[in-house]
Amino acid sequence: MLQSDRREFLKLAGMAGVTFTAGLFPGERVAAQATDFHFVQFSDTHWGYSGAANPDAEHTLAKAVATVNGLARQPDFVVFTGDLTHTTDDPKLRRERMKRFREIVSALAVKDVRFMPGEHDASLDKGEAYREFFGAPYYTFDHKGTHFIALDNVSDPAAKLGDEQLAWLAADLKQRKPDDRIIVLTHRPLFDLQPQWDWTTADGAKAIELLMPYRNVVVFYGHIHQEHHHMTGHIAHHAANSLIFALPAPGSQPKRAALAYDAATPGKGLGTRDITVADKVTLIELPVTKG
Amino acid sequence: MQRRVLMALLAGSALGGAARLAADQPVEIRISAKKFEFHPNKVMAKRGQPLVLVLTSEDRIHGFKMPDFGVRADIVPGQETRVPLMPDKAGSFTFFCDVFCGDGHEDMDGTLVVEA
Repeated sequence: MLQSDRREFLKLAGMAGVTFTAGLFPGERVAAQATDFHFVQFSDTHWGYSGAANPDAEHTLAKAVATVNGLARQPDFVVFTGDLTHTTDDPKLRRERMKRFREIVSALAVKDVRFMPGEHDASLDKGEAYREFFGAPYYTFDHKGTHFIALDNVSDPAAKLGDEQLAWLAADLKQRKPDDRIIVLTHRPLFDLQPQWDWTTADGAKAIELLMPYRNVVVFYGHIHQEHHHMTGHIAHHAANSLIFALPAPGSQPKRAALAYDAATPGKGLGTRDITVADKVTLIELPVTKG
Repeated sequence: MQRRVLMALLAGSALGGAARLAADQPVEIRISAKKFEFHPNKVMAKRGQPLVLVLTSEDRIHGFKMPDFGVRADIVPGQETRVPLMPDKAGSFTFFCDVFCGDGHEDMDGTLVVEA
């Protein structure tokens, strides 16, 4: 995370001077609306990837599953924010990768697991194989008073949510009260994080506009293979680490090439995230393997 | 003497007009796309010289996006996509495919170099 981003985030979140692990529900009132809970976010597992950026690619996902299974307090549920598998032009191999991915994550002790697609899963066939294995690419669910909205900004290969999904989002939000807790899960950043690297959603601004009237909105996403925090108005956006390879900080170098694997620190820059939802949202980054 | 000066001034004015006319005429630059590259992937231009990018695809739908100039277009096989562009600032500017096209999509990019 760039220091300037971090300072700006802390300032906007009203948390300057506090060790950064948390983003507030900005409009939360003193009286909590729901029982505390926590969940774990996996992102960008890219099952099927093979390359120098992660010589341990065949084992990283299983190690992360074991680490989450070892948490003293098990999460209420687990979410995967896209790029479950690494892309392939071969539809048969794509399905084999999804099948094997599902087998590996079935070892999670927590059985409430929610999936979302990334462009590597869904952009070449408009989500056909993804839906066969994991169901609807966008949906909502509720947990202990928090409303979760999973958005699909990858089944359209041009990285659009599309008018149909935006109308669906608008209809869902109409049923919410202005101070409801809302957590949005998606793959790509909804805001223009780094347009020169295509780290955007083509019509993401429309989704943010729809979310703006709601005071307690937090977005969790993936795609950029690194922890990153950003505010659009009062809405916090948190990007997660990947489980395959890390990417450079936005705009820090000419190209978004994978960071080189460091044999001295395997797993560096990779991991999952434990998210506690109470009167504020607390983020704890988890390593691949607890050493 | 005065007549010669007047003729020279008129000639100079006509030449200047022709030069301005040439500078105002868009220069066509053809760029073809295929998985996972643009050809050429480095394009030279002069600041203030209007361009028309003529984009074609050899295989499938690709995208062409250059955020620094607010340019974005689909490139559809069998069609020429013409994109006007005024390079009004000097520097190196990235363009890339923004329609996911497979393993290598993330590396499908190029550079427009605008000289002052």
